[in-house]
Amino acid sequence: MSKPKEKKSLFQNDGFQALLASLICIVLGMLIGFIVLLFINPSGAGGAITAVIKNFLNYSRASLQIKNFGNTLVKMAPLLMCSLSVLFCYKVGLFNIGVAGQYVVGACISIYAALAWGLPWWLCLLLAIIVGAIYGAIVGVLKAYCNVNEVISGIMLNWIGLYTTNMILSSVKESTSPYTLHIRDYSPQSVLPNIGFSKLFAGNEYMSIAIPLAIIIAVAIKIILDKTKFGYELKATGCNKNAAKYAGMAEKQNIIITLAIGGALAACGGAFLYLTDYELWEVTTSSVPGMGFNGIAAAFLGGLNPVGTIFASYFIQHITSGGAYVDKTLYSSQISDLISALIIYLCGFVGFMKLAMKKYSAAKAAKSGQIDNVNAEPEPKAPEEEEAPTDLDTKSEEGGKE
Amino acid sequence: MLLLLQYTLIFSSVLMLVALGGCYSEHSGVINLGLEGIMVIGALGGALVMRFLPSGTPGILVVLLTIGGAVLFGVAYSALLAVACINFKADQTIVGTALNILGTALATVLVKAINMHINPDDVSSTIQYVTPKQSFIAYIGSFQFNWFMVIAILALVVAYVVLYKTKFGLRMMACGEHPQAAASVGINVYKMRWSGVLISGIFGSLGGICYILAGVSEWKFENGVAGFGFLALAVMIFGQWKPTRIALAALLFGMFRALSNVYIGIDFLAALNIPSTVYNMFPYIISLIVLAFTSKNSKAPKAEGIPYDPGQR
Repeated sequence: MSKPKEKKSLFQNDGFQALLASLICIVLGMLIGFIVLLFINPSGAGGAITAVIKNFLNYSRASLQIKNFGNTLVKMAPLLMCSLSVLFCYKVGLFNIGVAGQYVVGACISIYAALAWGLPWWLCLLLAIIVGAIYGAIVGVLKAYCNVNEVISGIMLNWIGLYTTNMILSSVKESTSPYTLHIRDYSPQSVLPNIGFSKLFAGNEYMSIAIPLAIIIAVAIKIILDKTKFGYELKATGCNKNAAKYAGMAEKQNIIITLAIGGALAACGGAFLYLTDYELWEVTTSSVPGMGFNGIAAAFLGGLNPVGTIFASYFIQHITSGGAYVDKTLYSSQISDLISALIIYLCGFVGFMKLAMKKYSAAKAAKSGQIDNVNAEPEPKAPEEEEAPTDLDTKSEEGGKE
Repeated sequence: MLLLLQYTLIFSSVLMLVALGGCYSEHSGVINLGLEGIMVIGALGGALVMRFLPSGTPGILVVLLTIGGAVLFGVAYSALLAVACINFKADQTIVGTALNILGTALATVLVKAINMHINPDDVSSTIQYVTPKQSFIAYIGSFQFNWFMVIAILALVVAYVVLYKTKFGLRMMACGEHPQAAASVGINVYKMRWSGVLISGIFGSLGGICYILAGVSEWKFENGVAGFGFLALAVMIFGQWKPTRIALAALLFGMFRALSNVYIGIDFLAALNIPSTVYNMFPYIISLIVLAFTSKNSKAPKAEGIPYDPGQR
């Protein structure tokens, strides 16, 4: 790999900085989680943290491994949608904490449309997206016209959505348990098609088009934000609402559209999970599902880049699923929630880390600049740079892509 | 009806304590979205004290030690917010959200570990405190009086005096309005913001322990505090960051919350036959509507949410 013409150290590359910062968050988060485990029971801590990291690799049979890898992917799709929702709104300067409620509403509508009306899957999905968009737009309207902070209204709507969902889905639940009916049994046409994926994953029947669709949507979000006028206008509104208005953009409308898109993405995520019939909604659910909040984690861990988010949401789901494999006689599976919460907390420090890296590279550039004047060599290397092995360079390329 | 009054007062006390806590933090310039998490951790601290106090401890000691445990946990936990947002200039919304998730996860993991340690078959996240709870309660006729009602009123008086009548409070509020101006007259903004956040930790944890003592005598920590921290934030905003108005808002919200617990006992409400989930939703819907009407000319501290940068003007 060729070094860039003007001497730029790795630390000046934004992508590399973001990647490194995310890796630091992951490692520190894991480390603190490990310390908590040590504190609870020193003898099993090592085993527990490897169980979390191994996730489906805890099985020894290859077919079971693949099947459970599929299960992680099934839950990654909704998580990716939630994190895209958070990311999209954050790029427009809005913190969409209402993602959790929008996700719940999406789940609610898709399950109800499937079980009560027996609609085909694409109509269920479409309905979920439309209602999710409307639900998200409520936050937008309140923000644009009534100046209500989107965080507060989002939180209120999370709880309203949860209770409404419990109420609506009570009519399509099994009579003896608090769970909704199996979509696969009662309305097979509503299950997302799997176009041969289940064969690929050792007969995992929950694999569906949701996973490739989610990844395609992630790429589409990246293109919309970076390459279109629409995305540019939204980002401009996020940077400075008043400047955007001055430049002739409909700033109020932009806020509402952004949150409607955010709501649609999250609701689509809800439909992606529940239309596979992988999980059933429990109508006595008393707290807002963690999926939306994990979406916040994935968005920030992915360095607020749609492509980075794909990897980050896989990682978060990987450790969340991995939590199921810890030794239940010693620890509880919530240890993975703990680790992802720690990672979000540490993501708060990303700005500081990037600043530190910038300072470090600036100091280094100043130093190597002096050497450059003395020395006519085209590629003078500061001592630290020589230390950096080539695999760091490949990482920087990955970082650049993200 | 007496039951409604009792629940209204106890839920209002919770909301008042937590909202007043948030009020200190926001007046110093830090948005404390992590109040929910602080409540959980504070409740955990108090519940652990009650769980492990030897039976036969005098009532007053139970009360004091429980409150002490709760406050200790809550303040330590709020320091996580302070260090990230004040010293490392982290995004206050992200850190607050993280603390909320972390609070429930941490409490669940710890309580399960403790339960399993005592009895390997017990994998629940529940702590019981039937006997110690009695120390917090006195009966006036059939009305169940809880000492936290007094504590909430004291907190209100203290908040009013501290914020408006003392040098400390006025200086703290200056840091929330224009920290650079405050710094120019020699106020240490970092110290003031730290105090604001830590005080919110004290009141948040008091609210947390009060909440789990409100109606029940055991708590399942997996459930967190069911959005009460967020409701308190709404109370604070509805109260326009002013202690007296917060108290009134807390009474109103507390009443709506109490209705969902006791509506069956009130004849005309029971006759309406509305499902209980509707009552659960009520406080949130009301606060959303109220916020829509009151947010236009918000009296929020000007500099809240913005990390302090001494070089800015």
